[in-house]
Amino acid sequence: MNLFIALLVLIPLSGFLLSLLIPKKNENAISGVSFGSVGIHFLVSAGFVGVWLFSGMETFNLKEFVIYSTDGYEFFIDLYFDRITAVYLLVGSLLTFLITVYSRYYMHREEGYKRFFNTLLFFYLGYNITIFSGNFETLFLGWEILGVSSFLLIAFYRDRYLPVKNAMKVFSVYRIGDIGLILTMWLSHHLWHENITFLQLNNEVSVSHHLHEHAWIGLFASLLILLAAVAKSAQFPFSFWLPRAMEGPTPSSAIFYSSLSVHIGAFILLRTFPFWEHQPVVRVIVIAIGLVTAVLASFSARVQSSVKAQVAYSSVSQIGIIFIEIACGLEVLALIHFAGNAFLRSYQLLVSPSVVTYLIREQFYNFKPREEIRLSGFRQKMANTLYLMSLKEWGLDSLVFYYLWAPVKRAGNMLGFINQKVALIIFVPLFTTGCVLLIFQDEIPADLRHTLPVVFAFTGLILSLKSFVKRHDVRFSWLLIFQNHLWIALAITFNAEFDYLDMVLYLSGVIFSGIVGFFVLRWLGRRETNMDLNRFQGHSYEYKKPALLFLLSCLGMAGFPITPAFVGEDLIFSHIEVNQVLLLLFVALSFVINGLALIRLYARIFMGPHIKTDHPIAGRST
Amino acid sequence: MHDSKGFDEHHLLHNLKHYLPAQAPLKDFVHHNTLHEFQDQKFHDGLAMASKMLGYKVYLSLNEYRNLYNAGKINPEILKQTISRIKGPDQVEGYLKKLFQPGHNQQLQKRIGALRAHWKDQYHFDLNGRVHVNVFRILNSYLDQGVALWPFPIHHMTLLEAIRHLEKNSFSGFFRTDRARVLLHDQKTTIKELLKILVGEESLFEQYVFDQQFEHPGWSGLVAVIEEQPQTLLDQRKISLHDLILLELMLEIDTMDHRFGANWKPLAHTLKQRPTALFSDFEKTELDDLYAIWQEAYEWSYYDDVIKGLLTERELPDAKNGISFQAFFCIDDREISLREYIENLDPNCQTFGTPGHFAIDTYYQPQHGKFHTKICPLPVTPKHLICEESDQGKHKKDVHFNKRAHNLFSGWIIAQTVGFWSAFKLFINVFKPSISPASASSFRHMDQFSSLTVVNADPKNKIDGLQVGYSVPEMIDRVETVLKSTGLVTNFAPLIYVIGHGASSTNNTHFAAYDCGACSGRPGSVNARVFSIMANHPDVRSGLAARGISIPEKSKFLGGLHDTTCDDFHFYDVEHLSTELQSIHEKNTVVFSRALNLNAKERSRRFDLVNTKRDAADVHKRVRLRSVSLFEPRPEYNHATNTLCVIGRRELTQKLCLDRRSFLNSYDPTIDPEGRYLLGILNAAAPVCGGINLEYYFSRVDNHKLGAGSKLPHNVMGLIGVANGIEGDLRPGLPQQMIEIHDPLRLLIVVEQKPEVVLKTIRLVAATYEWFKHEWIHLVVIDPETGRVFRFLDEKFEPYQTVSSGIASVSDYAAMIESTAENLPVFTLKNQLV
Repeated sequence: MNLFIALLVLIPLSGFLLSLLIPKKNENAISGVSFGSVGIHFLVSAGFVGVWLFSGMETFNLKEFVIYSTDGYEFFIDLYFDRITAVYLLVGSLLTFLITVYSRYYMHREEGYKRFFNTLLFFYLGYNITIFSGNFETLFLGWEILGVSSFLLIAFYRDRYLPVKNAMKVFSVYRIGDIGLILTMWLSHHLWHENITFLQLNNEVSVSHHLHEHAWIGLFASLLILLAAVAKSAQFPFSFWLPRAMEGPTPSSAIFYSSLSVHIGAFILLRTFPFWEHQPVVRVIVIAIGLVTAVLASFSARVQSSVKAQVAYSSVSQIGIIFIEIACGLEVLALIHFAGNAFLRSYQLLVSPSVVTYLIREQFYNFKPREEIRLSGFRQKMANTLYLMSLKEWGLDSLVFYYLWAPVKRAGNMLGFINQKVALIIFVPLFTTGCVLLIFQDEIPADLRHTLPVVFAFTGLILSLKSFVKRHDVRFSWLLIFQNHLWIALAITFNAEFDYLDMVLYLSGVIFSGIVGFFVLRWLGRRETNMDLNRFQGHSYEYKKPALLFLLSCLGMAGFPITPAFVGEDLIFSHIEVNQVLLLLFVALSFVINGLALIRLYARIFMGPHIKTDHPIAGRST
Repeated sequence: MHDSKGFDEHHLLHNLKHYLPAQAPLKDFVHHNTLHEFQDQKFHDGLAMASKMLGYKVYLSLNEYRNLYNAGKINPEILKQTISRIKGPDQVEGYLKKLFQPGHNQQLQKRIGALRAHWKDQYHFDLNGRVHVNVFRILNSYLDQGVALWPFPIHHMTLLEAIRHLEKNSFSGFFRTDRARVLLHDQKTTIKELLKILVGEESLFEQYVFDQQFEHPGWSGLVAVIEEQPQTLLDQRKISLHDLILLELMLEIDTMDHRFGANWKPLAHTLKQRPTALFSDFEKTELDDLYAIWQEAYEWSYYDDVIKGLLTERELPDAKNGISFQAFFCIDDREISLREYIENLDPNCQTFGTPGHFAIDTYYQPQHGKFHTKICPLPVTPKHLICEESDQGKHKKDVHFNKRAHNLFSGWIIAQTVGFWSAFKLFINVFKPSISPASASSFRHMDQFSSLTVVNADPKNKIDGLQVGYSVPEMIDRVETVLKSTGLVTNFAPLIYVIGHGASSTNNTHFAAYDCGACSGRPGSVNARVFSIMANHPDVRSGLAARGISIPEKSKFLGGLHDTTCDDFHFYDVEHLSTELQSIHEKNTVVFSRALNLNAKERSRRFDLVNTKRDAADVHKRVRLRSVSLFEPRPEYNHATNTLCVIGRRELTQKLCLDRRSFLNSYDPTIDPEGRYLLGILNAAAPVCGGINLEYYFSRVDNHKLGAGSKLPHNVMGLIGVANGIEGDLRPGLPQQMIEIHDPLRLLIVVEQKPEVVLKTIRLVAATYEWFKHEWIHLVVIDPETGRVFRFLDEKFEPYQTVSSGIASVSDYAAMIESTAENLPVFTLKNQLV
């Protein structure tokens, strides 16, 4: 059985890798590999679950392999299988299988055929890692893949403005979810003093023992998990992202945003339920969020006059109910509800172009002129208000913008004084001093020694903020992010007994990606004058390979699991103590803003309407 | 152009409507010239203007032309002739060099948008981003035809009144600042007043509104169309472009006030440099000439082969044993190959082409229908109504479109029950597609076993002011028109088929574009059937005889429908035929079904995923599946290959491979020496075929701005249009999947008639003449007596000499079809096709 569990993760991985190797022109081979690998995966899943059902539905936990370990720290891949995984597996593999067959014809001759299937398989890999994950680290690995593949699929039509803008919007919400998960890992590390597996969460005695000792850590960790779930499942107040994600080809919207991806938030709640089961406050909050979402989203769904937005909001409101079901401990009901909702919404999206035929026919044969409904003044006024609020999607989009991103932008804009010269004159000597101090840290008074990491981390944060709002110099912007990593590294090294090997692990990935990205930018800068970040440049139209290379560099710099920096990032957090709130805040914020600044850089340079006009360009609002 | 010193609202609105896309809501999709507003200029001048003003790409790229040249699709001799004609004989060498100089594609710099771009430059603020969301939301909700469960609260007021009412009677709204609110509620607020606040300088007002509306041409164009033809929405709305502009201007003021308070000034006050006026003159550049030369040379390289082909001697079948049957088809380019196969399988038959409404100018109301729908060309305003009487039940329902699935509680139940049914249905649909309530099928337009009220019993019998059915003299007129214009006035066969056409597709928002254009985007089944009933009517027969057309009493007309997607026929009223005719019909259906198989096979060469080499019946099965597959964005290729329109006797085109690229209108010059019927034919052919052709042309050369882009991400908005995602503008024009195999050539109309008759005829109607005069359609005539060819150029006919040395003759047509998916060259067919 263990072999099969590993196989179920390896099949999508090999399918994805294989699909990368096929030449672009060869549609049959591309769809064949996708169809084949997902098909085999579906059959193996069905067989496996069948056998598992009749052999006692045992829960499996496999510690696959340790990626890195030092004293008191172990980063390992852990796989887990229980009935939650089983349901998500069956629904996911059946839907993905059907969608690959569907897309084989649907995507035929489309520009980006290969890119579509690559991303689809990449998504599927992330989905499987997530649902099979046995600890937070593995979950986070899958989670990050889901995030990036979602970004790429929403921005599938990368030469248009709106898909890219909306992909960035969704990515920024996902980033909030990421931080929830990262801090959860950090807290649980301090709570359990080891990298906890989900299997251990089922141990009620152990959980309640730890929670009893550190009640507030437990509460805080649960809320962070909830934050991740809420962001990923488009619950209140993030519901606005789901309809905006409907920018890719219809089947990808169907599979990702109305069914699989959006139910991952529910998955993580199901998975961690034993952890917050005995915290009534958390359960009440989950129910409240689910309820608010269900009500608001169902009103939004009622007033939508665009078909995909209608399906999106219906799906969100049902997930709200699923949240409630989970919090009430109705796991089986939640799972059934998930499966039904996923199938229903996928299908509704897939047939969405047909509504024209169907509803026009219905209107033609069954039309009844609407009657004026007269309500009393106040009731009419209330009804109108409800209608308008629902139509404006409760203003959640601008609410989140106003409270989350606008302050970040404002803070960044205050840093107008930082330019290349300032950076050279102030930050380089400062950093050198920091390094010198590091060597002589034993000579430094203890008070100062405790303050310095915070100062260093804050400096790093300032640099990454600056990078986020930069409008002109692309390469400088890139270097700012790079510097941010160095400052964080310095701060952490100061902070704790930090193994140099840990530091090498962290910085090697960053430095490598930093250099590659820098050279891509330099190469591009020689060909294209006037590279500014004020508008989208759309250079992937001309430079497809450099675009890919730069994307990989960005991912590397953002600590995506393609370089050792991924493990390093987790390590960095594990060296921050529970009581170091400021340090934690600065490092975490840097992490979020770096990711956003990087994806912004990539999007502005390589995506959006092409800046050159010797070929047709899509209008802004198309 | 208008002197822009003083601002004139009326002039602005009139002018703007002229330039906005004129596409009706989806259900009434009809092809038209996308750049109709430039048709008062010569083709190349209009295109250059459109490109400079609005930033459209209007030709292929220089590289594409060069590749066509290298592939032999552009004839070097014709290229030289073209340069000589456009630039003068001494320029040939110089221009030949320039045409092949690498690089130098046109930069699509546009004047539109330049003025309003200053908002972003000066305030670093995305005004469009803030305002569009609400404008689109309001428009879509107000116009929605039935997507939303909770419709817009007010539907009987105009858009502005409704917004005023809502703002007053709710605790929420779209406006957030006082000044804008006051302006909104003041009934006397004018566009000019608002522009004074926003722009400041009167001479820029018109340009500002153009900039603003062309940021979302899709919505603005639709609003303008609905304002002109409110009946295009079944659930009507009172909307006008004026109201939209007023509303948008007020929202802009509101947004600026909200963001900047008192800290912003009218745009003109901070303008450092005035942008180029939208309509100011422009210099034609050398690049414009290069594109024009390439395009003309490309077109005439193909036309030249066609003309050569039409003149080439061929061995035509001869109906020695009498004519077996006759069949009328629509002039549609999709019917040409089918006709060829039918003629080959039964050499004794005759086929004719005539616009697919068969002169039946009427509305149609099906049983249970709450509305009537136009089934004749769009410009015609019918005075008649044909009603269907049927005992068929209503159409089937599909729970997936049930609106309750979007409610909170019923959605909860449905998700957990129907949800699993969805998985099953999806599985079936992916592996075994079949027709469903979600499909649009041409055969559903009319119930096969219904009866139609064709004959008017009492002139007072009217519904909504329309006369139900036709009187006998009216019927005689219509039948006579078709027979005389096509030249079928003697030698009637025992059975004369009248075959309309329609299309079937699933999951296709543009389904109306696939049906018959002459029937306003509906299938032609009703028309074909009505025409046959009329032509079989004894009183009509005697009336016709009095006008010189005597049809033997035993000859009968039989209506039918050809579904061009699945290549199937349905016939109507077969049971009314005598048993003798029924058995003849039986025999003919065998011919038809073989021809349909072969036609499907020929079409399949364009579908990469169907193996054309298989047996015809087998290929046909696969082709049929396309019309019912959820995942098939190309159920058929529609008019994607249209380039020609031949108006003349069938002998002119028979046994000549035109590769489904030609509209064929039967016309016999010998019975119409005065050009009386020709006028009718050209009045219809120029706008209909020309409109189809140019819509394909422009959607092909700039699919981003003039077409609808890829249909794969399309989202249905209010049942009236499609947009990308949920925040986008509507996308008029044709999606990429419809135009990808189209060669952008203008339409060439070939008329078999004397040049002087044709010249006199086309000058009679100014609207028709404009098409030819300004070269948006090419025109060539073949003199039926001398066989000489004349080309219409600069308002006169000049003799035309073909350049082509001769065209190939092909004996194995089937092999030819199986060998390539590309357009076929013109060639004659040596043997029987089958």
